[in-house]
Amino acid sequence: MAEPLIRMTNIRKSYGRVQALVDANFHVNEREIVGLLGDNGAGKSTLIKVLSGAVPLTSGDIFVRGKKVNFRSTSDAIAEGIETIYQDSALVTQLSIARNLFLGREPIKPPRFLNRMDQDAMNSVARDLLKQVGISKNIPPTTPIGSLSGGERQAVAIARAMHFDSDLIILDEPTNNLGVAETQGVLSFVRSARDSGHSCIFIAHNIHHVFQVVDRIVVMRRGKVVADDIDPKKTTVAEVERVITGMSDKEIRDALAEGARPHD
Amino acid sequence: MENRSFIQGFVGRPEFGPLVLLIVELVVFWSINPDFLSPQNISNTLAFTVELGLIALAMTLLMTSGEFDLSVGSLFGFSPVLMWTLFNGGATSLGMGFAIALVVAALIGLVNGWFVTQLKIPSFLVTLGMLLVVRGTALFVTDGFPQRTWSAEGSWLAEILVGDFYIGPFRIYASLFWFIGAALLLGYVLTQSRTGNWIQAAGGNPNAARARGVNVNRVKVGLFILSAVMSSIAGVISSLRTSAANPNSGTGYELEVIAMVVIGGTALTGGRGTIIGTVLGILILRVMRNGIVLIGVPGLAYNIFIGAIILGMMALHSWLERRHQAGT
Repeated sequence: MAEPLIRMTNIRKSYGRVQALVDANFHVNEREIVGLLGDNGAGKSTLIKVLSGAVPLTSGDIFVRGKKVNFRSTSDAIAEGIETIYQDSALVTQLSIARNLFLGREPIKPPRFLNRMDQDAMNSVARDLLKQVGISKNIPPTTPIGSLSGGERQAVAIARAMHFDSDLIILDEPTNNLGVAETQGVLSFVRSARDSGHSCIFIAHNIHHVFQVVDRIVVMRRGKVVADDIDPKKTTVAEVERVITGMSDKEIRDALAEGARPHD
Repeated sequence: MENRSFIQGFVGRPEFGPLVLLIVELVVFWSINPDFLSPQNISNTLAFTVELGLIALAMTLLMTSGEFDLSVGSLFGFSPVLMWTLFNGGATSLGMGFAIALVVAALIGLVNGWFVTQLKIPSFLVTLGMLLVVRGTALFVTDGFPQRTWSAEGSWLAEILVGDFYIGPFRIYASLFWFIGAALLLGYVLTQSRTGNWIQAAGGNPNAARARGVNVNRVKVGLFILSAVMSSIAGVISSLRTSAANPNSGTGYELEVIAMVVIGGTALTGGRGTIIGTVLGILILRVMRNGIVLIGVPGLAYNIFIGAIILGMMALHSWLERRHQAGT
């Protein structure tokens, strides 16, 4: 079998005495959308933070296309083609779409010592990218992010990851707080990212959204990966919920009868 | 339709409110006392305007990055005291004393920046502490007395910084050109350069900026240094112009400067800043200070007007912001 795009082996992460990840194994193949599911505290966020360079791992190995990597910061992960899109922290609301797209990598007009941004080039690329991710409304690239809807902001963040050729785009709760139409928009951006050769990790509390878009489902529980090869076409939401909670059918019914919910 | 959207765009800009306010001020003061627009009064107002203005320009960038600096007034007083003390003691030439004052100011800015970015202490507390350290040093070194200054006329430093000449009936100081130059340069940095993009991102969403590889800490430390150095230059300019070096000078300037910046439309919370707005804010407060005295309002009432202007402009900016967010 070909070497996956990302392979994480025996990942441990502890915060003091708390073991957030216990020998977690995880991989993402090329051109694949992986849905990462788990209850609160299952370790999804920690796994993603380790993979995006936001927190250092305690022990274990990460490989990108078979090459062992050591991420000390998010910049290291970005340099390896791993881009994480957090719902609220990915963009600067005061800056325009174009300036956000190129933040940290602004093209410079000659002469270089003037350090002057090439705003025309930025606007023109931004216009094309917005079309590519399928934002249908005619939004000028000089529009501040603050005046875009939640779904449009996700689209801008995804467009940025695609433009800078990130191999892996990690989407942390991209459909939270979005309306039905906007959610469908975001799901279609994710599909278009895969179609143009990118891989994605999709984390969402809403299992129905995950089912609509992912190729494979991975479930975490108590810091471990407990299932990593669930085909959404061959299973049901209820089945996956059982894996997430670790409960049997009867246990779920009992829990519901007591007023508790197996997941949120 | 095109015209309408141009006008709408202009009215929606953060600089629009301050511009209208400045025009109203000029018209009201001039109609009550026509001497208000006399060449002598304009010359006097401009001379003092640029000294606080230089600090306000640097503060605009710093506030856009989400921080502010309360130690600027103390540096305004301390730097000329240091320069004159070195010169009077025969330790250095005036030019070298000036250079040392700038280096010391840069180090003070570096310390401010280091405390804020590395120890994660809010800039309000760090620069408040620095204000007391710097002001205290100036008072301790001088025993609280003004330093002996000699008429600096003829010195190259004085010529460069505050040399004066007449354009028609207007007396112009060289410092005005330094101010215009600084406004153009910093305006360019903020709106055109990639550094400006980083400054706005550092203030708007530092985590997003960091995630994109922007060195937010370095940007902020650089701006604290800029703020300290500009305050130092402003203090020396004022000292050379008035031939005075009082350890207490600049007291309260920090708040006046911050007021100038926010009146101009720069967000106190960071992320958005405007140099044009700050220039308007500087003029609004200086014209107000000059005008109310000229029309016979007691000078002690000045703060009432300034407070009212700040509250009024904040209300206007917040209204414009909400309109903007609503997409109207």
